[in-house]
Amino acid sequence: MTLELGLNQQPAHTRQGSSIGQPLTRRDGFLKVTGTARYAADNHPPGMLYAVLAVSSIARGRVVSLDIEAAKAHSGVVEVMTPLNRPALATDPDAKDHPFMFRLDLLQNDGVRYPNQSIAVVIAETLEAATEGAALLSPRYETEPARVGLDGAESFVPRGVGVGNPAVQQMGDVEAGLESARTRIEATYETPAQYHNAMEPHAIVAAWDGDRLSIDTPSQGLAMAQGRIAGLFGIAPQNVHIRSPFLGGGFGSKGMISGPQVLGILAAKLVGRPVKLVLRREQMFGPVGHRAPTRQTLRMGMDGEGRLTAISHHARTTSSTFDDFFEPAADASHTLYASPAIATSHDAVRLDTGTPLFMRAPGEATGSIALESAIDEAAHACGMDPLEFRLRNYAEVEPMTGKPFSSKALRECYEQAAEAFGWAGRPLEPRRMRDADGYLTGWGMGTATFPAIMFQAEARAVLRADGSGLMETGAQDMGQGAWTAFAQIAADGLGLDIDQIDFRAGSSDLPNAGIAGGSGHTATAGMAIHNAGAAVIARLADLATRNEASPLFGAGNEGVLARGGRLYRRDDESRGESYTEILARAGLAEIEGHGKGAPDPTSQEAYAKHAHGAVFAEVKVDPDLGQIRVTRLVGAFAAGRVINPRLVRSQYYGGMIWGVSFALHEEAVTDRRSGRIQNANLAEYHVPVNADVPSVEALLVHEDDPHVNALGIKGVGEIGITGTAGAVANAVWHATGVRPRRFPIRIEDLLG
Amino acid sequence: MTSKTTIPVHLDINGRHHTLELEPRVTLLDALRDRLGLTGTKKGCDHGQCGACTVHVDGERVLACLTLAAQAEGRTITTIEGLAREGELHPVQAAFLEQDAFQCGYCTPGQIMSAVACIREGHAGSDEEIREYMAGNLCRCGAYPHIVAAVRQAALEVAS
Repeated sequence: MTLELGLNQQPAHTRQGSSIGQPLTRRDGFLKVTGTARYAADNHPPGMLYAVLAVSSIARGRVVSLDIEAAKAHSGVVEVMTPLNRPALATDPDAKDHPFMFRLDLLQNDGVRYPNQSIAVVIAETLEAATEGAALLSPRYETEPARVGLDGAESFVPRGVGVGNPAVQQMGDVEAGLESARTRIEATYETPAQYHNAMEPHAIVAAWDGDRLSIDTPSQGLAMAQGRIAGLFGIAPQNVHIRSPFLGGGFGSKGMISGPQVLGILAAKLVGRPVKLVLRREQMFGPVGHRAPTRQTLRMGMDGEGRLTAISHHARTTSSTFDDFFEPAADASHTLYASPAIATSHDAVRLDTGTPLFMRAPGEATGSIALESAIDEAAHACGMDPLEFRLRNYAEVEPMTGKPFSSKALRECYEQAAEAFGWAGRPLEPRRMRDADGYLTGWGMGTATFPAIMFQAEARAVLRADGSGLMETGAQDMGQGAWTAFAQIAADGLGLDIDQIDFRAGSSDLPNAGIAGGSGHTATAGMAIHNAGAAVIARLADLATRNEASPLFGAGNEGVLARGGRLYRRDDESRGESYTEILARAGLAEIEGHGKGAPDPTSQEAYAKHAHGAVFAEVKVDPDLGQIRVTRLVGAFAAGRVINPRLVRSQYYGGMIWGVSFALHEEAVTDRRSGRIQNANLAEYHVPVNADVPSVEALLVHEDDPHVNALGIKGVGEIGITGTAGAVANAVWHATGVRPRRFPIRIEDLLG
Repeated sequence: MTSKTTIPVHLDINGRHHTLELEPRVTLLDALRDRLGLTGTKKGCDHGQCGACTVHVDGERVLACLTLAAQAEGRTITTIEGLAREGELHPVQAAFLEQDAFQCGYCTPGQIMSAVACIREGHAGSDEEIREYMAGNLCRCGAYPHIVAAVRQAALEVAS
């Protein structure tokens, strides 16, 4: 049942010894540039029907009628699934056994709790008939007033934020710190609701065979999705086979299985045929998560030398009326700047919205733009250069916990990025620079950070008698480069050239690779691969060193090393033999080994583990029209070991462009009367286009980290947003003298 | 579906001729993906807003989601599957691979079809021009700097 993908291994660039660290081109690249990479919606099993969702056009109330007859009368429509005929589920989709089991809307009743909630599914012979059938349902509603906005309901303090962090945390006496300060600032910033909007809409092709279920759907966490689906349908997890070789972007929205995906499975069950269900773009603004809006107030005090005496960071955020996810924005203040007192707190309101979820750098992105703006305000209040101010408040240990950092090359990041950008000589006061065309020019900076997280993963390694190797783990590639980076780690782990190994991933029948999220996939599944490789090599070494006929006899496991398909004696590399010879002598067709990846609890307790970076931005603002252009971006990042610099640079660019987008583009606008999202499409929900993106440079700063894991990997997927968003905002202030306090930055705010 | 609701549509795609019985409302994009199995062309928005469905009709870039299949009758259509010749990547495809001009790859077929046309139109003379004339193709992963580099590289190769 494993996937035959035909990954191209040809464009491998010159390597020197090991695969790790080499800038190989993507192994899935040939498929992607020829249009032959198969995404979920590209599948078309025989007899397949098309399902289209009908979604609510109100935010709150209930559906009182659907014209099912009209839909069914349309040529090609096979069935309409509503709460009346939806197949039974084994568990209540509103049940919540653990914090990461999110409640799903699976037509369990006629209630509507947010706009774009699924209210029916039309299943037809063609996509056109299903689409028209859904339109013919003409729902009528009983509508209740929608609760909208950061003050739209009574606030409360959530039990936990993010992945369960305390909503309120304090170290030292913040009020005393503020009292004793020579200079103080206080500022409030607002960030909008944002939607992930991966280019690939959530899609599923589901086929039942008795109580076995076969699914093509994008998933950032195959094993979790498998477990959730199995639970809902009351079948064994191994009866659910999910294929997800390529995700057309995820950014957190494909971390958990979503309601519409499960509705595709229910539709297939109802009609007894394979069904494809693909969300329409506007339907992605509701049931598949979003980044909640925030309102953040920062207070800082500084002594006469510009040293922070206190940081207070409070964030208001929103969740849905029926589930819990709280953007941990204020936690961004825990790690970056030294201060004798830090207090962070969150409160929230419940609105008639889909449940917010993890979106690329959840909490870090929202918190970073506010924190970095406030730090910029604090530096100016002290009459200091923003870089000098940050260095004055450089955290030598993690401020909130007092733990040493496992590694922290942030000084080098500041230095290298500032040098490449040409930061020296920047005027302290705003509105001092103009370019040759008269545009106001500003320079701003921000510090980037993201925790080095590990989850749990497993991998299986095989060495075969022909000298080739196999590595299996159910890893997920959403564009970060898993197919390539993991194969590089696997090749080194097996002591083989990358072209001699077969690497399998992207399928739920492989060992659990954990989740592709939290920037932790490369570290976690990478360590599982590394350890599986070590385990199978140990078995091989055992075969050789215990056999008198081997030149390695008596060397002991520790006494041999694996390279290029051969084992060598560590103390005498002229003595060795090939894997093929060892397996032939032992009469074995293949041997296997298993490995796990997980955080090390001892080092977890002892060290604060974070990646760091520094981003510098130049913007130009039209003095008459207020139009803003980012013209230059330079970032430098230290994130432990780099597996593939070509792919890592792409990840940094992507993150930095998300930072530009955060500062200048993205915002979902909710109609205050109806609670509906007014710009639920890609023309009006602005994401950057090519012409919005300036010259971007990302410097890879060397960093050895002996504590995060044996490979020294931290993670690069999300850090680029942090720092960048604030750097752009600070550059806008430097250009105009107007301090952006709500995002995205609007022309009218600059002209006001 | 009854025969009276469909019309015959003749499509010339990647040098092959196809005759389909289609409802008039079927878009070129859905005809390619659902009827002909040419799934390299992607649907990102179905509203002409993202560019993922870009194909060539008579050599010009066209959004297949905003084109009815019947409108393409008798015209020459090229999709991403028709770009490589005898297994040899088109210079734009090779440049995208070399420059790492994509991550998730979902917008990539549309980007590449736009890039081929962009070069052919003479709109790849500078980075600024490439950014402007490639601005109709969204890439949520943010591969834009590498897309510009790939188009620049391919334009030089095509010219030489």
